[in-house]
Amino acid sequence: MNTSSRKAIRNRSIGDYLVQAVVVGALLLLLAWLAANTIDNLRLRGITVGFDFLSREARFSISDTVLPYSPADTFAWAFLVGLCNTLFLSAIVAVASTLLGFCVALGRRSSHPLSNLISTIFVDTVRNIPVLVLLLFVYSLIIFELPDPVTARVWHGFFLNNRGFYGPALSWIGSGLHWSFPHMGHFNIDGGWIVSPELAAAVAGLTIYSTAFSAEIIRGGIDAVYKGQWEAGRALGLADKQVLRLVILPQALRVIVPPMTSQYVIIVKNSTLALMVGYAEINFVTSTTINQTGQAVEGTAILMTVFLVISLMASWLMNILNRRYVLVEH
Amino acid sequence: MALLPIEAFVLSKEAPARPPPPRGQIRWRKTLFGDAISAAVTAVIIVTALFVLPKLVQWAVVSGVWTGGPSACHDGGACWAFLREKAPQILFGLYPPNDRWRPILVILLFLGLALWTMPPRHWSVATLWAWAVGVAAALVLMGGGVFGLKAVPTASWGGLPITLLLTVLSLSAGFPLAVLLALGRQSRLPAIRVLCIGFVELVRALPLLTMLFIASLLSPLMLPNGLSIDNFLRALVALTIYAAAYLAEVLRGGLQAIPRGQYEAACALALNKWKTARLIVLPQAIAKVIPPLTNTIVVTVKNTSLVLVVGLFDLLSAGRAALADPVWPAPYTETFLFIALIYFAICFSISRYSLFLERRMASEGRQ
Amino acid sequence: MNKCESPAAIDLFGIHKWYGDFHALRDVDLTVRRGERIVICGPSGSGKSTLIRCINALEQHDEGRIAVNGTTLTTDPKSVEKVRRQTGMVFQSFNLFPHLTILENCLLAPMQVKKVGRAEAEELARSYLEKVRIADQARKYPGQLSGGQQQRVAIARALCMTPNIMLFDEPTSALDAEMVREVLDIMVSLAEGGMTMLCVTHEMGFARQVADRVVFMDAGQIVEANSPTEFFGAPQHERTQKFLRQLLH
Repeated sequence: MNTSSRKAIRNRSIGDYLVQAVVVGALLLLLAWLAANTIDNLRLRGITVGFDFLSREARFSISDTVLPYSPADTFAWAFLVGLCNTLFLSAIVAVASTLLGFCVALGRRSSHPLSNLISTIFVDTVRNIPVLVLLLFVYSLIIFELPDPVTARVWHGFFLNNRGFYGPALSWIGSGLHWSFPHMGHFNIDGGWIVSPELAAAVAGLTIYSTAFSAEIIRGGIDAVYKGQWEAGRALGLADKQVLRLVILPQALRVIVPPMTSQYVIIVKNSTLALMVGYAEINFVTSTTINQTGQAVEGTAILMTVFLVISLMASWLMNILNRRYVLVEH
Repeated sequence: MALLPIEAFVLSKEAPARPPPPRGQIRWRKTLFGDAISAAVTAVIIVTALFVLPKLVQWAVVSGVWTGGPSACHDGGACWAFLREKAPQILFGLYPPNDRWRPILVILLFLGLALWTMPPRHWSVATLWAWAVGVAAALVLMGGGVFGLKAVPTASWGGLPITLLLTVLSLSAGFPLAVLLALGRQSRLPAIRVLCIGFVELVRALPLLTMLFIASLLSPLMLPNGLSIDNFLRALVALTIYAAAYLAEVLRGGLQAIPRGQYEAACALALNKWKTARLIVLPQAIAKVIPPLTNTIVVTVKNTSLVLVVGLFDLLSAGRAALADPVWPAPYTETFLFIALIYFAICFSISRYSLFLERRMASEGRQ
Repeated sequence: MNKCESPAAIDLFGIHKWYGDFHALRDVDLTVRRGERIVICGPSGSGKSTLIRCINALEQHDEGRIAVNGTTLTTDPKSVEKVRRQTGMVFQSFNLFPHLTILENCLLAPMQVKKVGRAEAEELARSYLEKVRIADQARKYPGQLSGGQQQRVAIARALCMTPNIMLFDEPTSALDAEMVREVLDIMVSLAEGGMTMLCVTHEMGFARQVADRVVFMDAGQIVEANSPTEFFGAPQHERTQKFLRQLLH
């Protein structure tokens, strides 16, 4: 190698360092400026920075909690309660939309003209409407179109009205299992289990929305399996149901799993919109906390960390699944 | 073994090709009632339709109230009269009623530009300039303050123009950012690479609602005391960052699909890094991902519905504001149907257009 | 027993098939006797693949009657299943199930359709894999095998259902030249074992060696059918002559 080209490489590497230093430096300056502003503003408003507030009493109420909660609990616990609500809602939606999405995908791939038509209309409609519109629509249907508790119909111990869904509950009282049936109380229905209209609207709206997307992912997976696989299975005497279960789905799963994992992350992210119909998920807890304490920086930091961790866990899981499927292949 | 008697056959009379026999009816009967499952599905669908459709028609048409004031609406039927009265408010928000021709012109302007851009033969630098001029004109029309137009603050903007403006502005501001992020992800400089990956992944990990929250909670804190940016700009910044991260992912897919040989060929022609990116790599990468890019428009249109959390009166929140009128009974179902229909009309046409592009590209064998 | 007297394995009468408006099969008649080996040849698009795909109902014929071992094919799934149990099919592109091992490929249908026990099915599968000389690869996945090996596995997989008719749809067309022989050898030994065979193929050497009858199809019709000696030695129809001339060049 001659000296001039060696010099060129050295120049290039010096240039590289320079570019990187300038970019990183500019970014740090910007962050420092924003941080300085923030510190100024916080001092003016008399807010002390730090996570001490987490151990204080929250003093606001959260409805529909999965974990036990009372306003006397700490802010930290309130965050955890909000997070669990988010995960609880997401889990229900993920399971329900996967199952329903599978049915819709089969409907779109069936030769049955009516189910084909209906599933196609469903997918095309839902995918082209904002999820928030869908959520608010479903919520308004529950609140305004369902009967009020006084005129609500009872069906084998199930109530369905604009205060929620009621059903008989099985509980452990004293020495054994007891059924507790919902019944008309003075102003409302007592006993049994209840799903609030807020949770019901969040579950229904998000499930409808996610189903349309899951269905397309599953259909894509089924379509990705080469047509000859169907023929080979049929030629061996397998019924179409068996071909689907034993030949097509195991192969489709390889195609379905990665986008489905992303879809589950999207479900968790979309579940934040449940806040708009009054379901207390993590954004609700955060914004209430910030309103009460003014700890905006800390609150948003917690929020960002939570979602970053969820997304990192999802990609970690996806890597594991991918590796497993590659191993199965060879 | 005895010789097998083989009957030799030679075709003596050609069977002419003829059209297929009619088979519509048999097909239908077979697919609808061919086996137990099909028959059951058909039965369930028909019974449900018989149960639901009459009620729906009864509600929407027979008992539906089409004209009249607040008192005309009643419980059993749809209150279309409300929409008749409130449609301008839903479509244009709080915009001064006397100046409504301005948002109408903005909507028509965007519609015209979109229609003009659709045929691929119109894709040119001139079209890009047309969009730039169009967006500027739309902002002037909405904001006023010049050419004798009355000034209207962004706080009074509302309805469909906000939805369209946010979509167009966030995508056109997000796209160049996305190109930089996508190229940065492939950079050989580790610091640049890490920054780009970190930014894209962080944004994609956050729900848009959370982003908007952060934008509205932190922007007053992070800017120098006394300086504040209005809600429209806050929402626009959040949407732009969001769109940029997603567009960058789409572009990355296109960049990865470019064969190694293209870089080597560019190198052999002594093109430098930026020229290679601008002249060789980007044109190919973008062409490859045009259908998914088109689809991002749908996602962005849908995303704009979230700006109501920062206090903007877009289509959805204008609708909710209209429902708050105490004089009228609040016909939520009808209003949300109306809003959903508008979103659907926009998104469905773009989805179909994206599908058309995809098929066209597949038939050209470019994928 | 004279093959002439045995009942027909496959009976096709007046078969018509359309793809949309395209008339793919025009009034095809063909009777295949038990134990008979038939080679079908013809230019691409002549309907030969469509014809054998109609026999096990992978395609549905629009007019005419198809009977396999006395079972008439109707739209009734039971008749379709009965026919498919008795016929094995080998495809041009092998169509092995990539997510299953070679052995599992061979076990799937016997266990799921015939409800044979695992041990019995495995014994059968191993004997057929032995027959196609690939038993040592039983634990591998299809992706790890060469094309010729895959096609031999596909033959074994079809045989595991103990069919009495085998349909071959251009089994060697997707193979490299050096692998064609290993697949043809298996097919020859299968023919010598007395299996009823219907092969769509361009391998004229194979036709001369084992076929009882060569059938030439063109434009959806059977143009000529004769013993290989007569067919290759003295073709009658001008289209047959033209086809054979082109084949030689």
